Amino acid sequence: MSHNTEQRLVYMANQIGTFFRAQGHDQAVAAVANHISRFWDPRMRAQIFAYLSEHGGEGLDPDVKEAIEILAKKAKTVA
Amino acid sequence: MALINEIDYGTPEVKSDKLVELTIDGTKVSVPAGTSIMRAAMEIGNHIPKLCATDSIEAFGSCRLCLVEIEGRAGTPASCTTPVAPGMVVKTQTPRLKALRNGVMELYISDHPLDCLTCSANGNCELQTEAGVVGLREVRYGYAGENHLNDKKDVSNPYFAYDPAKCIVCNRCVRACEEVQGTFALTVDGRGFNSRIAAGQNEDFFDSECVSCGACVQACPTATLMEKSVYDIGQPEHSVVTTCAYCGVGCTFKAEMRGDELVRMVPYKDGKANHGHSCVKGRFAWGYATHKERILKPMIRAKISDPWREVSWEEAINYAASEFKRIQATYGKHSIGGITSSRCTNEETYLVQEMIRAGFGNNNVDTCARVCHSPTGYGLGTAFGTSAGTQDFDSVDQADVIVVIGANPTDGHPVFASHMKKRLREGAKLIVIDPRRIDLVRSPHIEATYHLPLKPGTNVAMLDALAHVIVTEGLVNEAFVRERCDPAEFAAWASFVAEQRNSPEEVEKITGVPAETIRAAARLYATGGNAAFYYGLGVTEHSQGSTAVMAIANLAMATGNIGRKGVGVNPLRGQNNVQGSCDMGSFPHEFTDYRHVSNDAVRSIFESIWGVKLEKEPGLRIPNMIDAAIDGSFKGIYIQGEDILQSDPDTKHMAAGLEHMECVVIQDLFLNETSKYAHVFLPGSTFLEKDGTFTNAERRVQRVRKVMAPRNGYEDWQITMLLSEALGYKMPYKSAGHILDEIAKVTPSFANISFELLDKVGSVQWPCNDKAPEGTPVMHMGTFVRGKGKFMLTEYVPTDERTGPRFPLLLTTGRILSQYNVGAQTRRTANVAWHEEDVLEIHPHDAEQRGIRDRDWVKIQSRSGETTLRAEITDRVAPGVVYTTFHHPMTQANVVTTDFSDWATNCPEYKVTAVQVSRSNGPSEWQEKYREMSEQNTRIAERLDAAE
Ligand code: SF4
Ligand code: SF4
Ligand code: SF4
Ligand code: FES
Repeated sequence: MSHNTEQRLVYMANQIGTFFRAQGHDQAVAAVANHISRFWDPRMRAQIFAYLSEHGGEGLDPDVKEAIEILAKKAKTVA
Repeated sequence: MALINEIDYGTPEVKSDKLVELTIDGTKVSVPAGTSIMRAAMEIGNHIPKLCATDSIEAFGSCRLCLVEIEGRAGTPASCTTPVAPGMVVKTQTPRLKALRNGVMELYISDHPLDCLTCSANGNCELQTEAGVVGLREVRYGYAGENHLNDKKDVSNPYFAYDPAKCIVCNRCVRACEEVQGTFALTVDGRGFNSRIAAGQNEDFFDSECVSCGACVQACPTATLMEKSVYDIGQPEHSVVTTCAYCGVGCTFKAEMRGDELVRMVPYKDGKANHGHSCVKGRFAWGYATHKERILKPMIRAKISDPWREVSWEEAINYAASEFKRIQATYGKHSIGGITSSRCTNEETYLVQEMIRAGFGNNNVDTCARVCHSPTGYGLGTAFGTSAGTQDFDSVDQADVIVVIGANPTDGHPVFASHMKKRLREGAKLIVIDPRRIDLVRSPHIEATYHLPLKPGTNVAMLDALAHVIVTEGLVNEAFVRERCDPAEFAAWASFVAEQRNSPEEVEKITGVPAETIRAAARLYATGGNAAFYYGLGVTEHSQGSTAVMAIANLAMATGNIGRKGVGVNPLRGQNNVQGSCDMGSFPHEFTDYRHVSNDAVRSIFESIWGVKLEKEPGLRIPNMIDAAIDGSFKGIYIQGEDILQSDPDTKHMAAGLEHMECVVIQDLFLNETSKYAHVFLPGSTFLEKDGTFTNAERRVQRVRKVMAPRNGYEDWQITMLLSEALGYKMPYKSAGHILDEIAKVTPSFANISFELLDKVGSVQWPCNDKAPEGTPVMHMGTFVRGKGKFMLTEYVPTDERTGPRFPLLLTTGRILSQYNVGAQTRRTANVAWHEEDVLEIHPHDAEQRGIRDRDWVKIQSRSGETTLRAEITDRVAPGVVYTTFHHPMTQANVVTTDFSDWATNCPEYKVTAVQVSRSNGPSEWQEKYREMSEQNTRIAERLDAAE
């Protein structure tokens, strides 16, 4: 996995978070999680989950990090 | 099959609820009030001789051939200019009329070269026909007098010639250019006998304002204005009605044929999108179908640096299938994917996604609409519940205020632009929001009330400022919002836009547009009557593309400008079938009708019909595929009719991604740029060689009809079927119509659509089902598809692509009239005469600072790369902004565009790139390297014919 794609995913996730930020914390977290699970292919999600656990989600905006944590947890329980 | 000859009623249809009854030649007839006698007569099949009248333009009354007698009235009025009256009794044929018409005809003929037998219009000339109709038997004046028989022909236009010797000065061409096209290129020069038609001031057609739409050629009753192809081939003998394959307007044409040779394309009057009009592309630029560079044999190669080897269809298909199978066995099921094309039919698109979902066993399918209108799908889907425009084109006839934002209709959607211009000449007000002074801002008899030349990348700030004015000045349509929208969401939105930072005074600092102009435009939009938004890629191709679409939807809802004729939110789609390719389930996360793949009920419909288990997780989008290729998890791709290397942003990144793949299969007409990285080339068919449907920008599903056998051997959907079968997933379709039947079965909004229905009614706009058996011209009437309209908070976020000392200018990109997209087709027609190369538009001030003169070679450089092209100095662009097109591969404008993209859909941000421009003395290093690679990778070694 290249560092480049990781950075790009972080960037994309933050972009999504920026749009939903205006809706307030709770709604924003839910909306980001929903957007990522609806539009990101599983390998992209796996990459961002891995990034989260390896780098502690460095560079991810707080709402976005929270959303990804929720998704990661859900993915684990399903698996 | 015969030649379709549409009835010419002489004068345009009049729309009136009031009917008038009169008697013509003893027969009673009722027509709408205001109709001409000429048209009323034709309604009962009585043709009144005419020369200066035709039903695409208003009557003029100059030729005096159409005289009639009316009981109780003196004289013999012209029937084309005389409206019907209740109880009128008209005679169209009497001895007096016959004598008068004979005299008129005689004068015309005495100044006409009587070379009918060798004339290109022979058999299809109204002068000839009317001479026969009036019974002209002799011409008393002789032919020795003064005449125009030796006037010089103007053959400067690549597609039609003007032969003044044959002109009868009926003025039809002049009026067609004014009324139908709206260009006002033609005038009548001189007076009386000396009068002649002139294009501009002492210019030939090519150098004049003429945009080569062909309206004058169509209106001309003689051979004076005539297609060169008719000169060359002769008059056609049969015709087939089909749909243009260029832009999202979706004009209907008659393909007029002689045997299996196409003689000309003539716009079809009954076409619901174009009403008999056309542009230079659809009308004339079809020569690419027989261009010598078209590839007609399949080809394969092991490495992209190898020369191509022509092989049989069987070998090519088996090779592609075995490679895909090998890749999946080695790297896993998700290591391959495919791309559908907005140029192909709905049926072909549907099959490609079916092959990928059911045959490849994954959801790695995307479409080139990703890079243009994916934000439209997301934005309008979120706000209203349907990923499509809300109106039909005819709705513009009832618009009082037209807002054009990020679109250049006269170049991108010319036939709709002509329609819009007609409405503007009738008095509708125009607001243009665009960094460039597009032609619409000021053109003959049209002037935008407001032009808001905002800085590229600031649409959302501008739209929020318009909303700010509407909310804070009390211009909201409270009743509409109360009834139709979610109140809590509206309240949140209203207080958001009302914040001071969204005021025009603050936004002026961001957009560069004076606050007062923003306020005035907002007031006009909210209070000027029916107001309609028309937008294009200048809205979607931004990092906030989806946000801007939602901001437009917010404005329409807040002012109640949605849900009836004359209003709405209208995306102008780029390619012919962008709407259709999105509708057909081309996106990795959704099936037809925009239903998410995770929806178990929807998946089970497809599972039962296709007989395989389907994945419920979304697949990769195009940019993600490329990233995954570079990462090593994506290794093979099937691309139908799309040139991602030239059309997608950040060419170098794209090239690297393709280079990492082990099997790239291209199905196209020409060795396009992407094919330089391909291992299998499957020759595709043109729209003239296939059956199917396209869906235009107004959701109109229209037939594409085969007029000749595919020169490559197969229609594109057949090729997909072959590949799918070789992969082990056999499809059952017998015809394109059969595929459409399946689409109808699985897609609620297509439920009633079939070839049979389309053959019967011409075209329908989806949704077309039991609730709307004849389709739906205007959506969201009464209630939104999603229930309550959804206001979204659309915070302006500046793009991360910023100017700075190294890259101080903003580059934005677009297209021009004569060329289409990556130019693969139009560059292979005489249209190149209008656009030999891409040029860089730069403001005189910026040019001077850099010592750049007009036509100089300049280097344009961004963070991604650099390229060179020639400069054109113009104040069409604002200082600080430069503009270019991307029609030519060697320019490679996308070498400089970045991989920034829309937050919701990854639609690339083509419209904003920070660049520096400087003088240069020739092509860049990348261009040189690319040229070398190009030559190397497009060699064709063995021709099959020679080998056989
Ligand atoms: S081709 Fe079109 S633009 Fe040109 S002169 Fe004729 S009507 Fe006008
Ligand atoms: S060019 Fe044709 S349409 Fe125009 S005035 Fe002459 S005859 Fe009429
Ligand atoms: S390119 Fe568009 S406007 Fe031109 S003829 Fe074709 S569909 Fe019509
Ligand atoms: S057709 Fe009526 S005056 Fe020419």
